[in-house]
Amino acid sequence: MNSKLVSVLIALAAVIASALGVVHARHESRQYSAELGALESARDASIAEWSRLQIEQAYLADAGRVEGEARDRLGMKEPEQPRILVIEP
Amino acid sequence: MSGERKNMAPIGRLYGFLLMFLLCSIALVARAINLQVIDTEYLQDQGEARYLRDVTVPTPRGAILDRNGEPLAVSTPVDSLGVNPKKLLQAPEGIAQLAAVLDADADAMERRITQRAGRDFVWIRRRLHPDVAAAIRALELPGIEMRKEYRRFYPAGEVAAHLVGFTNIDDVGQEGLELSYNDWLQGEPGVKRVIRDRLGRTIEHVETVREAVPGKDLRLTIDRRLQYLAYRELKRTVYENGALSGSVVLLDVKTGEVLAMVNRPSFNPNSSEMENDGLRNRAITDVFEPGSVMKPFVVAAALETGRWHPLTPIDASPGWISIGRFSAKDHHNYGPIDLTRLITKSSNVAAVKVARDLDMQHMWSTYDRFGFGDVTGSGYPGESAGVLRNWQRWRPVERDTLSYGYGISVTALQLAQAFAAIADEGRLHRPSLVLGAANPPVSVLDPKLARQVAAMLETVTGPEGTGKAARVANYRVAGKTGTSRKSSNGGYQERRYIASFAGFAPASDPQIAGVVVINDPSEGKFYGGAVAAPLFSSVMTGALRLLNVPPDDYEVLVASAPRAAGEAP
Repeated sequence: MNSKLVSVLIALAAVIASALGVVHARHESRQYSAELGALESARDASIAEWSRLQIEQAYLADAGRVEGEARDRLGMKEPEQPRILVIEP
Repeated sequence: MSGERKNMAPIGRLYGFLLMFLLCSIALVARAINLQVIDTEYLQDQGEARYLRDVTVPTPRGAILDRNGEPLAVSTPVDSLGVNPKKLLQAPEGIAQLAAVLDADADAMERRITQRAGRDFVWIRRRLHPDVAAAIRALELPGIEMRKEYRRFYPAGEVAAHLVGFTNIDDVGQEGLELSYNDWLQGEPGVKRVIRDRLGRTIEHVETVREAVPGKDLRLTIDRRLQYLAYRELKRTVYENGALSGSVVLLDVKTGEVLAMVNRPSFNPNSSEMENDGLRNRAITDVFEPGSVMKPFVVAAALETGRWHPLTPIDASPGWISIGRFSAKDHHNYGPIDLTRLITKSSNVAAVKVARDLDMQHMWSTYDRFGFGDVTGSGYPGESAGVLRNWQRWRPVERDTLSYGYGISVTALQLAQAFAAIADEGRLHRPSLVLGAANPPVSVLDPKLARQVAAMLETVTGPEGTGKAARVANYRVAGKTGTSRKSSNGGYQERRYIASFAGFAPASDPQIAGVVVINDPSEGKFYGGAVAAPLFSSVMTGALRLLNVPPDDYEVLVASAPRAAGEAP
């Protein structure tokens, strides 16, 4: 009789412990998924910024723009009759 | 008695009530079993459907890069605006606010939304400007839904528009390499299951049903700097000569990689308004009768017989030769010349005489080996194979006209491929547009003969050649001019021409092969040597400099370096 009571009590404690465990796991999972969401959106933001920077870089380095800047703003021009010297054959 | 009866009645009622309660509880239990056991799955699904949602996770399309990793097409995320009509119509003044921010017609928008009131989702405008998207968010209207989509940008714009192509609003390739490599570029959107609340906010991420697979990048063989240079020069030439269209193709002689491919007219792939006329990648899709640029190949066929060598005499007098009912003419009566001068002076008469000495099958096989009449396998959609009829169906007239490039049609890319094969000692490389493709060359001409043909082509830019304008300072250039009459409706047109130049440099160790085609120049000049050769020269000059190709005689230049330094003040 006494051993039965003990085993019931143990089972009860286990049930309560596992219930608490479930609650804890659930809570953790929520936290992790929130963290995952934050990281994912940070990643997406980084990807977005990377693509925008690529486009901006491509725009700034566009040969037509560089040429226009060189000619119009800096007043550069192509050398006439260039002499080519081979530095490292 | 009355007391007994008093007692009797309550007992009967008691049983009555007990029975009733029993029935009630049986009914409840039955219903509970029904719900919990029998219908449970259905009900659970229905319940979850009220808050669980499968959401697609968009993934970017891969970028298209040039050979140095410079972007030619890049996707960047933007917001697209959709609404839930049921929710938005609860606050009708929201539509007017929305229309004001979007600068759209409020009545039309209201009609559109009202007509679709039964749906859960209606697109209002896709790919918003980031500022507009922020302004709409600030309105905080009910039923507004912003979805992330990707917008494709083409930083090179019209310069690489034909080659790269473009995508439609759903990010699917429509033209060019965007179309032919669509599967490679396109990622696979993922799906995730989330819990949403009554207002549609995502509360919990339940599971990832399918991981998003981002698209892969595509690296092309073209060099953006050369592409820009070729485009700028082509645009100027087409404009100055009042031409209908034009193309330039540059190939790496040693690998067959396409370094630049440009066409005019072009279009801006970043704009939604495109003119149909500019969409074609003429260098690959359009064929033309090449004219004299084909002469090196009939000469190659002649050399292969062993009966001809570069100094074999040919009599080109009296400056014309009859071919059936027509006659082929030269500009002058060149009199007695040789095989080399045939090329230098571009003599049609001599070319016909050479062809008449050749076996038709052999002549056809030489053209065929150099890739004419066959798609190059560049992987570009809508590539044209050109026309080279089988020798078994040739009449003598066709053999004669084929010697100077009529009765055959080719694309600019085919011509570039064939000239690159001469430049690379008879090794034909299939042109490739994507970096890293295995591309073993095929031998199409004996190396010794290829060098002989190349040497003849070098005389074209020599003092007596037709292509002096194609010269490049400090480099030796080999090439051939072409001027052909445009044909239409079965006849050749007066005063409508296609001017072309095909060649390679530096002649002592060829690195770059180039083809220039100018269609219908209308400002007086029309010869290949006058219209196409100067363009070839300016493009080649820049290309050799940008690719750091050493000049042919750099020993001489190195030797003269100290003197040059001494000259400086």
